Amino acid sequence: MAEALAARVSDGLWRRPGLLLLLLVVPPLLWLGIVYLGSLFALLAQSFFSIDEFSGLVKHEFTLKTYGELFRASNFDILVRTILMASAVTIGAAIVAFPIAYYAARYARGRWKAVFYLGIMLPLWSSYLVKVYSWKLILAKEGILNWLFETLHLSWVLNAYLAIPGIGGNSLSVSWTGTFLVFLYVWLPFMILPVQAALERVPPSMLEASGDLGAKPGQTLRYVVLPLALPGIIAGSIFTFSLTMGDYIIPQIVGTSARMIGQAVYQFQGTAGNIPLAAAFAVVPIAVMGVYLTVAKRMGAFDAL
Amino acid sequence: MHSRASLGLRIAAVGGLLFLHLPILLIFVYAFTTEDKSYQWPPPGYTLDWFSVAWNRPDVWQALSLSLKVAAISTAIAMILGTLCAAAVARSKFFGREVISLLVILPIALPGIITGISLRSAFNIADIPFSFWTIVLGHATFCIVVVYNNAVARFRRTSGSLVEASMDLGATYFQTLRHVILPNIATALLAGGMLAFALSFDEVIVTTFTAGQQQTLPIWMLEELVRPRQRPVTNVVAMVVVIVTFLPILGAYYLTRGTETVAGQGK
Repeated sequence: MAEALAARVSDGLWRRPGLLLLLLVVPPLLWLGIVYLGSLFALLAQSFFSIDEFSGLVKHEFTLKTYGELFRASNFDILVRTILMASAVTIGAAIVAFPIAYYAARYARGRWKAVFYLGIMLPLWSSYLVKVYSWKLILAKEGILNWLFETLHLSWVLNAYLAIPGIGGNSLSVSWTGTFLVFLYVWLPFMILPVQAALERVPPSMLEASGDLGAKPGQTLRYVVLPLALPGIIAGSIFTFSLTMGDYIIPQIVGTSARMIGQAVYQFQGTAGNIPLAAAFAVVPIAVMGVYLTVAKRMGAFDAL
Repeated sequence: MHSRASLGLRIAAVGGLLFLHLPILLIFVYAFTTEDKSYQWPPPGYTLDWFSVAWNRPDVWQALSLSLKVAAISTAIAMILGTLCAAAVARSKFFGREVISLLVILPIALPGIITGISLRSAFNIADIPFSFWTIVLGHATFCIVVVYNNAVARFRRTSGSLVEASMDLGATYFQTLRHVILPNIATALLAGGMLAFALSFDEVIVTTFTAGQQQTLPIWMLEELVRPRQRPVTNVVAMVVVIVTFLPILGAYYLTRGTETVAGQGK
């Protein structure tokens, strides 16, 4: 009986592939549509409300006032600072990632291929907080980095560096350099993987041809390898940029007291209770990433993912 | 063409790998230090005491058990939804297919804080109190993409004619699913599930918005990071977390080894 039923249902589905497709698509679509998009729209809607300055309550009327507040000097600084940091981290990650990806894609064979693969995968997937914690240990005043500088009698170099305004500070753990290092460390694997994927697609014969035609290794790198790796670098930069822009934990633990977008969102929705402004702040990364993704798509970055 | 890399490239590549791994190894050393008031290096002495101290801490166990429960249930939900999505996208071209793959990736492409604050404001509007299920709701949403990525890659490699052959030989859809499709995608699903589990077990940004007063293990660690109170216990917990998350990743690696698409590439 049950078998006959199963056969009939099965026949019905075979005759109507559209129905089967619908059955497959509807549950995930309902979940993502209601839970995720629903929440996202709820957030967007809030950014068009404003907060009453006297009562501190949210006024449910359409206004652009909250977006206007983003351009107040103190808030605008937060936006500029965050975008500068995200750009610096992206550039730094591209520079550090490229040799690793290049070696892994072109030279690593057999056992070394596995070493490189796991060597990139394990840090990528290991706990974010543990990684941040390890840098708290490294950058601490009594920690290993200061000890290293002292043991090598190079403390004066570190002190001279820390004296530079802007990037320096009292110690590495409360400077922008510290924040930058932790961001770089945490997001680096996200840059390596797409660059490696892009480089693996470069046929070796192309590099040989470049050499045969008289290019020095540096010229081959500059005019053949780099342009071909660019979609991968852009794909990686989507991650490093977006992740840096939205992070509020790293700048809270390592760095100065000046805030980044993530921290502002967190504070405005939490202690300050100003959900409209928090929502408006949250829209900035969405907008920036929207533009970024459009440009990246034009440059063919999605093929390298 | 040089068959060997130049010295500079080798130094930069190996140096990069060391940069990725030394900080994590450092935690292993700190777990044994006798110093408990600062992050002093080199450690003044070594001891195993902190392991028993950490073992006897009920708050650590509670946080761990909540994290494991959340990860297990979120992974289960993500595996079902992710596989369905992958099956639909891989087997046919239809209107809105691109939209679906974008929708799946969005929760992980946008910064976590956006997912977090969106969910929080939705809970506020709908008057949903924070509970175990609000955490699961958030986690399952961004875990779908990991399962989806692994499953869709495998579906694409699995030839559709296998399914047709099975049905030509008289099998129903359900028999085909049980005896042909599932065995083919099983390892990809398992790998995706393991990665989803690792992702959920480790998640902190979305969780801070959806947990209320509950403490998952990452939230416990976050509080220790912001206001260090029991450094030695934190060191031990950090080390254990590293070991625990390495296992599913190694597992996923061995399950998908030799296939063209690499597990976790789309995290």
